[in-house]
Amino acid sequence: MAETPPAARTLFAKIWDAHVVSDLGDGAVLLHVDRHLLHDLGGSRGLLDLKQRGLPVHSPHLTFATPDHAISSAAGRAGTTETGWSLLHALRAETREAGIRLFDVGERGQGIVHVIGPELGLSLPGLLIVCGDSHTCTHGGLGALAFGIGSSELSHVLATQTLVQRRPKTMRVRFEGAMAPGVLPKDLILHLIGVIGAAGGTGYAVEYAGSAIRAMPVEGRLTICNLSIELGAKIGMVAPDDTTFAYLEGKPYAPKGEAWDRAVAAWRDLAGDSEAAFDREVVIDVGRVAPQVTWGTSPEHVVPVDGLIPDPSAEADPTRARAMAAALDYMGLSPGGPIAGTPVDWVFIGSCTNGRLSDLREAAEVARGRRVAEGVRAWVVPGSEIVKREAEAEGLDRVFVEAGFEWREPGCSMCLAANGEVVPAGQRSVSTSNRNFVGRQGPRARTHLASPAMAAAAALAGAIADVRRAG
Amino acid sequence: MKRFTRLEAVAAPILIENIDTDVIIRIERLVGNGIRGTLAPWCFGALRYRADGSEDPDFILNRPPYREAQVILGGRNFGCGSSREGAVWSLQERGVACVIAPSFGDIFFNNCFQNGILPVVLDEATVAGLAREVEESQGAGKVTVDLEERVVVSPSGKRFPFAVEARRREALLQGLDEIGTTLRQADAIARFQARDRQARPWVYAAGDPA
Repeated sequence: MAETPPAARTLFAKIWDAHVVSDLGDGAVLLHVDRHLLHDLGGSRGLLDLKQRGLPVHSPHLTFATPDHAISSAAGRAGTTETGWSLLHALRAETREAGIRLFDVGERGQGIVHVIGPELGLSLPGLLIVCGDSHTCTHGGLGALAFGIGSSELSHVLATQTLVQRRPKTMRVRFEGAMAPGVLPKDLILHLIGVIGAAGGTGYAVEYAGSAIRAMPVEGRLTICNLSIELGAKIGMVAPDDTTFAYLEGKPYAPKGEAWDRAVAAWRDLAGDSEAAFDREVVIDVGRVAPQVTWGTSPEHVVPVDGLIPDPSAEADPTRARAMAAALDYMGLSPGGPIAGTPVDWVFIGSCTNGRLSDLREAAEVARGRRVAEGVRAWVVPGSEIVKREAEAEGLDRVFVEAGFEWREPGCSMCLAANGEVVPAGQRSVSTSNRNFVGRQGPRARTHLASPAMAAAAALAGAIADVRRAG
Repeated sequence: MKRFTRLEAVAAPILIENIDTDVIIRIERLVGNGIRGTLAPWCFGALRYRADGSEDPDFILNRPPYREAQVILGGRNFGCGSSREGAVWSLQERGVACVIAPSFGDIFFNNCFQNGILPVVLDEATVAGLAREVEESQGAGKVTVDLEERVVVSPSGKRFPFAVEARRREALLQGLDEIGTTLRQADAIARFQARDRQARPWVYAAGDPA
């Protein structure tokens, strides 16, 4: 008698199942954590919490740390708040004591946690990666199972190298077709959030698939996965393929030689079985997606750049209409008019969403030989020390500086304003980051999310502008 | 961890969808290692204060009796966005012990259970009905949340059963700490790592590159 073939499994299921240490019943399992990334905002807090409990760090060799959130992006880190400095000092002291590798300021390897994980080869396909930051979903772009955790869970991982989790449902989003000129991965994911909403992925692990994803370089996949949490999904992932392996080969912490061959062979088996079923499936026709820009205070408040600011009175759902009206009021916008042409005070290019080399290249391409509009302050904050050095090696810093942008030190900077770097109250920013929430870039700051090319175009025009018509 | 068993309290309706954790607590209030116990004044800071720093009397938590609310009636996707557990801490320091909403941000939902706050999922119409009863009584009508019985009772006595995972319910009822429970599995974790080290050596060999 032939054996029953094993049930078809998704990429998500394969990685999840391989990490179950024990079944706790009632849907909860204990999962092994392969990589735990610490940053300056919560890292030392967790390590001090463990000390207070009298517990050692379970697996310091699977734990890596870097300062990013609370340090300023100014030269010499000038302007870092007193508390920011104290967090950096605490992170240094506590990681040293626990035997955890710290990538410190000014060192190759320092940067935004979600930029350094992939570029150092710490993040690999099939790994279960956590960090006390919701954008940990970024690492899913390499075919890892990665998600953000809170402070209590962070302590739990430090103490046990495991987490208690419940299996989410699965969703597949197929991006099919080819992107039109001027359209970037950021536009695809913002468009998706606009289609299914900021809660559309809540309770799901999302796998991104389709011809546009297969044709997309790894950095674009990281951008797509980064915004998973903005559609409510704490996990987003892309099946690893030759593009992934080519990206990782030779990265500092990626396996080498025979170990590399063995790892790649294992990673090839991670892709989901073709018959595997998903709880929800969404298909996006990529060719019809235009450059996107947000108008409100949720990432789902998004329109094509040639679109109109929506009218709450046309919204049938009263809760949604109320939220739209409040958002327009906060943003200082009137319904019905075109979003393009809205004057801008600040432009921020950077973050774990769009602070990688390819992002800076896209922005530099738009900015080359042109000038930032008068009255606009435009910052470029590379995602990591490595990104910064590579960008400088190809002269991108000069392109930006000559165009009137400020070229800064790597970190989270103005994405979340935890480091003294804020958009002033009432001012309007076009930002390549991930959240346009009320007060996200500073109290009463108004944020429009867009791609790096769109952000550069806004800096040059002094207003929200269609990158397809720039130049 | 704080225990949660049963609560009969003032409930404040904040029926706005996609309330994110940045709105619940601004990041600069969370920078530093000595922040616990300092967060109550900053809970819902983005909604509670006007530009000049004074309290906005239009915001529900600034008005009696809602100022003392221990239950929040929330909108869809409550607590979405950042993983900051400070959002839960600030609610707790403000006196909130339960949030009832149609859906929650996944990470916020987990963070609640880690701190003894009970997040209850009830459908949108039910949450709206609770809010209506509360508002009709000008906040005087209290909402009861009983975790033993797994039921929410409206001011007029309507009963709404809710689902909660048995393990989480037990942890809240007893105030159990998850780390302590998992440490009892130390042997299983060691066995997993020993086996996995053979199967996936590259996971464990990420020492500094030569």
